[in-house]
Amino acid sequence: MITRKLFLHFPKCETEKPIVYHLVKDYNLIINIFRAKVTADEEGYLVLDVTGEEDDIERGMGFVKGFNVTIDPVNKGVRWNQERCTHCGNCLSHCPTHALRLRDASSREVVFDEAACIECLNCLDNCPFGACSSAF
Amino acid sequence: MKTYDDINRRIESGRAVVLTADEIIDYVDRKGLERAAEEVDVVTTATFGAMCSSGCFLNFGQCTPRMRISEAWLDDVLLYSGLAAVDAFLGATQLRHNDPANMNYPGEFEFGGGHVIEKLIAGKSVQLFALSYGTDEYPRRELRTYLTLKDLNQAVMVNPRNCYQNYNVAINTSSRRIYTYLGQLEPEMANCTYSSAGQLSPLLNDPFYETIGVGSAVWLAGARGHVYAEGTQHCPTCQRDANGVPREGAGTLALTADMKAMRPEFVRGVSLRGYGVSLALGIAIPIPVLNAEVLRRTTIRDRDILAPVVDYSRDYPQKTGRTLCEVSYADLRRGEIVVAGHTVRVSSLSSYHRALECAELLKSEIARGDFLLSKPLQALPREQSLKGLQIREDPR
Repeated sequence: MITRKLFLHFPKCETEKPIVYHLVKDYNLIINIFRAKVTADEEGYLVLDVTGEEDDIERGMGFVKGFNVTIDPVNKGVRWNQERCTHCGNCLSHCPTHALRLRDASSREVVFDEAACIECLNCLDNCPFGACSSAF
Repeated sequence: MKTYDDINRRIESGRAVVLTADEIIDYVDRKGLERAAEEVDVVTTATFGAMCSSGCFLNFGQCTPRMRISEAWLDDVLLYSGLAAVDAFLGATQLRHNDPANMNYPGEFEFGGGHVIEKLIAGKSVQLFALSYGTDEYPRRELRTYLTLKDLNQAVMVNPRNCYQNYNVAINTSSRRIYTYLGQLEPEMANCTYSSAGQLSPLLNDPFYETIGVGSAVWLAGARGHVYAEGTQHCPTCQRDANGVPREGAGTLALTADMKAMRPEFVRGVSLRGYGVSLALGIAIPIPVLNAEVLRRTTIRDRDILAPVVDYSRDYPQKTGRTLCEVSYADLRRGEIVVAGHTVRVSSLSSYHRALECAELLKSEIARGDFLLSKPLQALPREQSLKGLQIREDPR
């Protein structure tokens, strides 16, 4: 069993299809949705973990791609702009998973670990410099 | 013993030995105080953080026909125009016109004076809108144009209060989240925020203002500037430890420098939800190693500097003077402190990472012979306390 974090973008024409239902039912995948915005007649976004056998995940993703849904294996739901970050560390106590953390104790440089981010969006609210943003 | 002239001669010859306040600690441990004091000429200190009492004087130049500006906005942020015809002051915390502030609590405070200053220094174009009542020699009554920093005759940052010697650690004992100038504080003491570069911070390395005074040269966001006065709320008479290091706010500096020589990465607009806007600045200040005692004071460590933990839900707004406890900057930098039995996660509003960059950049400038020190013209007050404002019903 492996887990992959995926960022799905649904074009306007695909937002009414029960894609996640089929991933569970037909491909034995365990779905953990972090954040979703899927509205009929608008484009949609879904950030989720899929857990299952590697083959099942591959087949499931093949199924999803058949719907014009873009799959991005790199988390892009929350974006951290290194240029905007001043490394103050105001985000640190607001990030529940330590996705935003210090590289080391001496440089005190803030780094963002995309894989650890659960998209709670606390950083968006707390960054004084607008370094964090959301794709949707 | 060295004099400012001795040190400046060594800087000019390119032979000066310069270390940051971060590096000097181990260096003195290794070499011993006396020997290090002979070898080292300058220690560079620095800080990077939000400094609300900052702003700039601008001169726009005259248009045709001439105008005596009485009201003006840059990117819709109001300037103070009660000066000569085309002079104005832009303050860091001024909100953009029509910002709803906290009417939709907690407000977002996306843009203000600090952001306009950031844009100017980044070389971006800003819109000037100005009004006037018109006079015989200044007939123009309205003006809208776009300008960049290069178009201005003068753009001089004049900051009444920077570089607070030490600062509170803010915490929230109440049962609801609060929004402060030290960020969002979660209920029941779930987190806290501090704002100081600690062992790297200028006035913590010179606790009695022996080398930093009015006229001292400073590196203000990359520009050579100077201390023009004691900072507002300068309060040297305060709680100090056995070494004289303040255990609370204490001293402050008023700084000025030419914005045209500043670097954009060290001048950044700040938005704090529920509070407002401000300006974050990177500042480095050189300390001349005049003698072993001056050097000894620069070897201060985070573990030896204490900051008061203050409840911003009650004690700060009500000015009770109560502190919950004291913690060291070494404790804070570990990311968790313990307050009344609670484990509290720690955030910082001051960037040690960027402060180190400032200290390193000033170190290089001095080592290259590009930045000479200046002897203070006048010492900062060493005894002075802070007055509160009395609310009186009658004039006196």
